[in-house]
Amino acid sequence: MGKVIVVTSGKGGVGKTTSTAALGAALARGGQRVVVVDFDVGLRNLDLVMGAERRVAFDLTNVAQGTAKLSEALLNDERLNTLYLLPASRTRGKDALSEDGVAGVIFELRDQFDWVICDSPAGIERGAMLAMRFADEAIIVVNPEISSVRDSSRILGLLDTRPLKVEAGGRLDKHMLITRFDPVRVARREMLNVDDVREVLPIPLLGIIPESKEVLRASNLGAPITVCGRESAVSRAYVDAARRIKGDWIEMTVPSKDKSRLTRWLGGRAA
Amino acid sequence: MNRFVHQTPIGSAPIARARLQSLLEYDRSLVNHADLLSVLREEIFALIGRHAGIDANKVHFMVVRGNTASTLTVDIEVPFRVGAAPNAFALPASAGG
Repeated sequence: MGKVIVVTSGKGGVGKTTSTAALGAALARGGQRVVVVDFDVGLRNLDLVMGAERRVAFDLTNVAQGTAKLSEALLNDERLNTLYLLPASRTRGKDALSEDGVAGVIFELRDQFDWVICDSPAGIERGAMLAMRFADEAIIVVNPEISSVRDSSRILGLLDTRPLKVEAGGRLDKHMLITRFDPVRVARREMLNVDDVREVLPIPLLGIIPESKEVLRASNLGAPITVCGRESAVSRAYVDAARRIKGDWIEMTVPSKDKSRLTRWLGGRAA
Repeated sequence: MNRFVHQTPIGSAPIARARLQSLLEYDRSLVNHADLLSVLREEIFALIGRHAGIDANKVHFMVVRGNTASTLTVDIEVPFRVGAAPNAFALPASAGG
């Protein structure tokens, strides 16, 4: 039985889709069977970040409604054969997705995959609630920026009541993934540091992803950052986060301004 | 110029631009036909089902989008056995009840 993880944040543009693709690909590279599911009905983008937009035929809504089979909607990644994508519908409204329909799809996915990673839409409306409804664990993506931290705090509250697992009396593990972390600005006290964020969001840290130009490049090319930017600090941070999801103990390092691009150029990869 | 500063081998923006253009063209062409594929799937399944007993689990639809057209691949397993085609041609009335 696979594990269902929701990647959520409340605020838009913080890196949920990038993180979903990066973590999914990192787990798949380790041989795990992974499916990433786009819950952003009407505004899907995970297909673009994964570079699968030309192959989308059927989607989550089709499968939930029974108008297509799961195997017809699942897209196998062209680079990693244990990675799959279940795209969202671009045209139908959120109301076309029923809770029972989604429950059936998740049930089937759980059976076929080790990891079912659900990319939540921004906001706290129906799509976001459906994405967290069947989760076993949650990853809250947060930027070191006050509106993102506040919205994530709101999401934490919802994660304490909305998922089925919680309703049944279970405990839902929550992890925080800090993205777009700029060590130079943090050092200058221009940006919240990790402790500032943790003070408001007191949950275990899954990883700290540095701000990087590589992310836009990966999105332009249509490949998860852990596939096309393997040597980058961002990719390494995501790979570490993926290993922590699997339960490995990996020391948490806060990106520091010492590990600049220049030192990496010169091969000075100081531990 | 910028290439020396940014260490990006070749700019990736032209690739993004090309992907975006092809995507938008496709999206626009679907505006009036959002469910085209679902409709096709249902009708093709019904049509073949009228003549041969086919198993819904052995029907597979796939689309690959090219630059100017898409390829629709329909893979349907049609059994040979007459008995497997209950609604094909008029079977003896004794079949069933």
